[in-house]
Amino acid sequence: MAAGAHSGALEDLDTRPGRETIVSALFRRGLIGLSVAFLAALLLAPLAMVFASAFHDGVQRYLQTFADPDTQAAIRLTLLTALIVVPANTLFGLAAAWAIAKFEFRGKSLLITLIDLPVAVSPVISGMLFVLLFGMRGWFGAWLAANGISIVFAAPGIMIATLFVTFPYVARELIPLMQQLGNDEEEAAITLGAGAWMTFFRVTLPKIRWGLLYGVILCNARAMGEFGAVSVVSGHIRGLTNTMPLAIEALYDDYDFTGAFAVASLLTLLALMTLALKSLVERTGYRRR
Amino acid sequence: MRDGQPTVLPGFGLTLGFTTFFLSAVVLLPLAALVLLAASTPLHQLLDAVASPRALASYELSFGGALLAACINLVFGFIIAWTLARYEFPGRRLMDAMIDLPFALPTAVSGIALTAVFSANGWLGRYLDEIGIHVAYTRLGVIMAMTLIGMPFAVRTVQPALLEVQRDLEDAAETLGAGRWYVFRRVIVPAVLPAILTGFTLAFARALGEYGSVIFISGNLPMKTEITPLLIVIHLEEFDYHGAAALGFVMLAASFVILLAINLLQAWGRDRMVRGAR
Repeated sequence: MAAGAHSGALEDLDTRPGRETIVSALFRRGLIGLSVAFLAALLLAPLAMVFASAFHDGVQRYLQTFADPDTQAAIRLTLLTALIVVPANTLFGLAAAWAIAKFEFRGKSLLITLIDLPVAVSPVISGMLFVLLFGMRGWFGAWLAANGISIVFAAPGIMIATLFVTFPYVARELIPLMQQLGNDEEEAAITLGAGAWMTFFRVTLPKIRWGLLYGVILCNARAMGEFGAVSVVSGHIRGLTNTMPLAIEALYDDYDFTGAFAVASLLTLLALMTLALKSLVERTGYRRR
Repeated sequence: MRDGQPTVLPGFGLTLGFTTFFLSAVVLLPLAALVLLAASTPLHQLLDAVASPRALASYELSFGGALLAACINLVFGFIIAWTLARYEFPGRRLMDAMIDLPFALPTAVSGIALTAVFSANGWLGRYLDEIGIHVAYTRLGVIMAMTLIGMPFAVRTVQPALLEVQRDLEDAAETLGAGRWYVFRRVIVPAVLPAILTGFTLAFARALGEYGSVIFISGNLPMKTEITPLLIVIHLEEFDYHGAAALGFVMLAASFVILLAINLLQAWGRDRMVRGAR
């Protein structure tokens, strides 16, 4: 499943002299106008609204939100979650891509489908899976309680749910890329006596670095921004189990709109940075497959 | 042929082992828990949860809303993809980069921002309110959020397909006397149809499961503006795991059907491309 994610590497359009008629010019302007209007209402207006609302009561009030210990705790938890989840899924993505792209084995297409599964599952259901496993009345609930381990309504639950949701991001980027690149260079390196790790670091990694970076950027954006899955497992304990997106909801529910949008502005900056980085990677000629 | 052969490359056992282990622990075991719990629920309890009036109303909104949003995206996604693929205008690159914003923007952020824009005193909401269109806290708002979240899927599947339509085919048709509308209908649409339908299905799937961007603008009135994922959350908050698992199972089954449809559509698209290239 290619999650609608082909990059828009824009080739220069071949202009076609002599084909512009009044009707086609009007048609072109109409379509461009429609596209701009649609995106302005649905994308630009909300984007501008985030910053307008965040600074509605001045910079002082904006900064005040971040002096709040609960907000700071939420930022820390979000960073910590990304710091654990992104490397774990990167490692997984590399291993999965190596196994799938370099070797032939039975059940390969089933494996690819299973890796893609979390993308197709609603975030709420993703979170619920871990409540059913680790929650008070879940499969391991009684055992965990007896041993004093809390996963659901605690930080580990948030991390596991995020791990699930961002699971395929690096793998689905690397698998088609490495399949296309083939095995020749690695086989040559091994045949000439290079070790396994040396082959990986000196031959494979340089070839896949842009695809890897691309997957990591997207994985990180989703890990920091995930709401639905995390919301279900978090328990919403302020200062303890709220991530940034959950802090936004908590502030919003308290009618502290300025505060909610202030936290939202940070995540919006992250999103804009993600898009900018993504465009940069695409500039190198990397195309999603 | 033995699995993993023939190649001199190392690490087959290690990487495949790690992959299967990690996959089983993070994805398969939790999914099995959901399926087993739904399966072990007594039938009458299962039916109560799945077919209660409140659940049925939520399906109507979730499936109906996602369908409408996907239809809107089918039309506008095609227009935007067409604009980006065929026309040169100032700001084209910026527009192209912006398309992915709903992917990158956390759903809670787009949820509260969309609500603020379309509420009765918001930038756009105030004008819409004057002409009697209420977006925030209505079903229309739900559809709006679902449209936003599915939009990149519709654009990004159609855009590359449009770029691949062979221009010489269009030229040949025009040289032979076909009008532009005829060329569009008989040359372009058939070539990009699989992509359009794939984009439609992906947008539908995403909108169906969406939670974060919808719950702020929906107002969450039971029977009226309550989506199925929210109903699952409510069951969970009441520690009604069986009810939540039953509803989750319905949504999961829907996702699998959609996933299957997408795979079939993509196979169809590839098949067409291969035959077209000959």
